[in-house]
Amino acid sequence: MRISRRTAATAVAGAAVFAVVATGCAPSAPADDDNSPITLTIATFNDFGYSDELFAEYTADHPNVKIVHNKAATSNDARANFFTKLGAGSGLADIEAIEIDWLAELMQYSDKLTDLNSDSVEGRWLDWKTEAATDAEGRLVGYGTDIGPEAICYRSDLFEEAGLPSEPAEVEKLLTGDWQNYYDVGQQYYEATGNAWFDTAGGTYQGVINQVQNAYEEEDGTIIATTNPEVKEAFTSVLEASENLSAHVGQWGDDWTAGQANGAYATMLCPGWMLGQISGNAPDISGWKIANVFPNGGGNWGGSYLTVPAQGAHAEAAKEFADWLTAPEQQIKAFNKTGNFPSQEALYESEDLLSATNEYFGNAETGKIFVDRAKAVTVTPYKSVKYFPINDALQKALTRVDVDKTQNIEESWAQFVKDVEAL
Amino acid sequence: MTTQSAPTERQIRRIAFGQALNRWDVRISPYLYISPFFILFALVGLFPLVYTAYVSMHDWHLIGGEGDFVGADNFLFVLGQDKFWIALRNTFSIFLISAVPQVIFALIIAAVLDLNIRAKTFWRMSVLIPYIVTPVAVALIFSNMFADQYGLVNNVLRQIGLDPIGWHSQVLPSHFAIATMVNFRWTGYNALIFLAAMQAVPRDYHEAAMIDGASGIRRFFSITIPSLRPTLIFVIITSTIGGLQIFDEPRMYDQFGTGGADNQWLTLTIYLYNLGWGELNFGRAAAVAWLLFLVIVAVGLINLFITRRIANSGSRAR
Repeated sequence: MRISRRTAATAVAGAAVFAVVATGCAPSAPADDDNSPITLTIATFNDFGYSDELFAEYTADHPNVKIVHNKAATSNDARANFFTKLGAGSGLADIEAIEIDWLAELMQYSDKLTDLNSDSVEGRWLDWKTEAATDAEGRLVGYGTDIGPEAICYRSDLFEEAGLPSEPAEVEKLLTGDWQNYYDVGQQYYEATGNAWFDTAGGTYQGVINQVQNAYEEEDGTIIATTNPEVKEAFTSVLEASENLSAHVGQWGDDWTAGQANGAYATMLCPGWMLGQISGNAPDISGWKIANVFPNGGGNWGGSYLTVPAQGAHAEAAKEFADWLTAPEQQIKAFNKTGNFPSQEALYESEDLLSATNEYFGNAETGKIFVDRAKAVTVTPYKSVKYFPINDALQKALTRVDVDKTQNIEESWAQFVKDVEAL
Repeated sequence: MTTQSAPTERQIRRIAFGQALNRWDVRISPYLYISPFFILFALVGLFPLVYTAYVSMHDWHLIGGEGDFVGADNFLFVLGQDKFWIALRNTFSIFLISAVPQVIFALIIAAVLDLNIRAKTFWRMSVLIPYIVTPVAVALIFSNMFADQYGLVNNVLRQIGLDPIGWHSQVLPSHFAIATMVNFRWTGYNALIFLAAMQAVPRDYHEAAMIDGASGIRRFFSITIPSLRPTLIFVIITSTIGGLQIFDEPRMYDQFGTGGADNQWLTLTIYLYNLGWGELNFGRAAAVAWLLFLVIVAVGLINLFITRRIANSGSRAR
């Protein structure tokens, strides 16, 4: 059947008009009324200890909410994703988890995050935790989830083979002291077995540098990373110890993950959130235990917040959900699941936390251990806008010497200085 | 000159406008038919090109937005960075290590597939399977296989008695591993393109050569490859462009995706990504993007020049 030109022209015109009208009429975002069905996306990284059962509890109370959980592998990936989509203006989840290392960088754009101030969260967290997430106008933009007080995780079976004391209380005495003591005991282990003492120069360096108040930046913003003697000292001492004592693997890489199961290294610096990593990567090993000790007393590694980006369509509902997730009752569940140590002050005296034990680590009293380690933290390092890129450059410098072995300590430091100047 | 016809004759209707329309139809509609492509190209190809040039001349922050006009500063900065030249070296190295074996293997595979083997369709389809697997998955698996201490490849090397190779710590081994991933993906695809071209070669040539006593290999070099000249040019140009822009495999090669602690496998596109989304400096990233564009155009022109000369000399010799 031959369609006449006229009919064809009319049909095409009609279709074109329809298309234009349809694109123009995008449905407006549904008003956030209490009972309309909505989907909340929450993006975290690593392992925050949020399980599907936990989310199911929230959905039971709020039947109109469907929760979708996206997990990035590392904090670096989460940061790259966050800044890309913040710049693009859309694409972020309703709740985005951020880490303290890049929090200061993000605070420059705190106007793109929703103000999360509310009465229900008054006094929930330690002062320094909320201060870091409050911008110049007094808007609180992040709810604290966990902090990272560090202890030492060790392989008790490998200690025994090397002739070192292997019970947690004995190891506590053995490793009490400063970093040099930690390396000395490590040297003993290395001489007895020929194997590595700690996992990476990078991880150990984190422990050392997080005990320095102003490592890379002064309070007024000047970058002192390349001239600060404490940084150079930490860099050199860790690398010199690493020659024999490090397993020469890269943190978060395939070899590092394999090393937790195959005994490549005997100890690791262990913040609360690392417990979940170890038990997940080495499920068949029974020798990992936790010692209630840390060189120089205590240190904090990491710590996260939940933020609600302003570009999301369901800011109110997301704020409510974030409030619920960071309430002490829920955070203690995350702690019991993966060991992420809560930042909520109310929990530090609670029986729930103090009596918690972790079966994988030989029924270690993880609650007590990490409360002790948290109390032993004396320094809150100042982390500002350039902290993340500078630390990244320094981690690369450590990797070049420890893992890749392409440069020696002097050359690697020189390149680090160049990289910082190029920022 | 004829005078006006007698008034009793039919008046000539004015059809000048209709004729004009007809002329326009004949002259302009071809351009209208191909215009959708060009309009689309202008929107998603040309406009970004020009806009990137605009961005590269400003101090542009990923989130903060447009800053001051800085002219050629971004270009000069990037050209003065060691990282840029290292990235250029890495890009060319990975490109050569991947493109050359790829084309050779693809030719050989195509030649084998062209023979009268059993289950032809099955073999021809299986060759394409590596292309279908997503590059990220391939990169994760291969990166694990090439892990420095506990990876499969080093385990095998140790069994044989050789020293383990630093796949993630040395420059050339990392290029080799990444090139392996690229070859894995693209060899089958190129083989099928060559196969299609080979099947267009008239069988008479082969029969005539066989009667004259030429062996299979002689026929391959003297008949098949010369007839594949246009296809070879196409495959080489597309591999060049793809190879110089390689991103997926180097990015997923380690857990950080920044090209290695010592920039061992930092390619230009990864350097671009690090500048734009790592350091949040869009102006410099745009400068690298334009420099990469110029490099690709230059290499493309060199390619064209060489293949034209070979093609010309070939046809003159006949």
